[in-house]
Amino acid sequence: MFKWLHPYANPEVSYNFCGKLQPWLFRLSALFLTIGLVWALLYAPADYQQGDSFRIFYIHVPAAILAMGIYFAMAIAALSSLVWQLKLADASAAAMAPIGAVFTAIALITGAAWGKPMWGTWWIWDARLTSELILLFLYLGVIALHNAFEDKNLAGKAAGILSLVGVINLPIIHYSVEWWNTLHQGATVSKLGAPSMSASMYWPFLMCLLGFSFLIAALICLRFRTEVLARNSMRPWVRELAMNSTEQKVCHSSSCHTHSQN
Amino acid sequence: MNPRRKKRLVIVSSVLIGLGAVAGLVLYALSQNIDLYYTPTEIVQGKKDTGMKPALGQRIRVGGMVVAGSVKRDPNSLKVSFDLVDVGPKITVQYDGLLPDLFREGQGIVTNGVLVKPTLLEASEVLAKHDENYMPKEIAESLGKDYEKKVEKKAAGK
Repeated sequence: MFKWLHPYANPEVSYNFCGKLQPWLFRLSALFLTIGLVWALLYAPADYQQGDSFRIFYIHVPAAILAMGIYFAMAIAALSSLVWQLKLADASAAAMAPIGAVFTAIALITGAAWGKPMWGTWWIWDARLTSELILLFLYLGVIALHNAFEDKNLAGKAAGILSLVGVINLPIIHYSVEWWNTLHQGATVSKLGAPSMSASMYWPFLMCLLGFSFLIAALICLRFRTEVLARNSMRPWVRELAMNSTEQKVCHSSSCHTHSQN
Repeated sequence: MNPRRKKRLVIVSSVLIGLGAVAGLVLYALSQNIDLYYTPTEIVQGKKDTGMKPALGQRIRVGGMVVAGSVKRDPNSLKVSFDLVDVGPKITVQYDGLLPDLFREGQGIVTNGVLVKPTLLEASEVLAKHDENYMPKEIAESLGKDYEKKVEKKAAGK
């Protein structure tokens, strides 16, 4: 059933595949982010109650959704690394953690900036904000564990266990606004049924969400490739790659007919 | 799947299920304490499950809707008093300070203060609670009063 996946367990194949994917992901993200952000920030109508302050929604909500999405992807990678001992799964989990941490931080910071004028406070220890902060700490813990051991396999195992344990936090974040009284409002878009938002505001949001998703996919490709290179630095194919790229650099910078003719 | 992988999968998933159960039980036990605020009904009648009421002089948070027509401002200072309601009894809140932009009658708010009488709160902080609905001004106006009533009903029913 998963036979078609087997070639990608080879680092070189995966490296080249992501290399092909990466420029397209960057282009798609640039396209959707330009459309989405221009639409959202300039043309979408202002909210009847919050005025223009609500526009932070278009960064805050995609960042929060995707921070949780990346965490879930990272946990799946950790599971497959623990059970099937795929080294590449470890590399991809290590590649995802810092990106997820940055998006969690963006969600927290934009939320605080919105909370000050709307709620009247930067921060409050309600269930939603606290569980989101715990998500940030989980990411930081996973990053720290990935870097805490000289042996990358051991590091991957330790970080993998932490990321799997942290999955419990994801439903808590999502349902915190339903299970408990919180200052944070309930879900506007990430729920079943129609979004609690007019269509003229919802469409630019979808564009932004797509744009940020492609951006994250592209960044993960980028980080995954460097991670693969770093972990396979002694392999012949990596050395060959390194030799080729230095040769090209020399040729670009000055006349090196002898090199290029070889 | 070979036996070693199967064993690892079983171990990992049983650890996860165990931890999930632990987290679930802890959260269930703490559920009363994780609530950010009391509702006015809970202050008068006690919490639904335990019947626990806050004591006089206790510092608590109260969340509810500002009752229309109950906002009284002192013309010479920032002092303001208003009533909060959810489904049943009202709580009066006295506050001396700046109110958030979203404060208005019918708005859900969360306030932090000391309970000085059974239904009187001396607030030191008033926060506006925004709902999850976003819409342009024109639509809000065309929906008009009906919509506001619906929102109030929904929030009260919750």
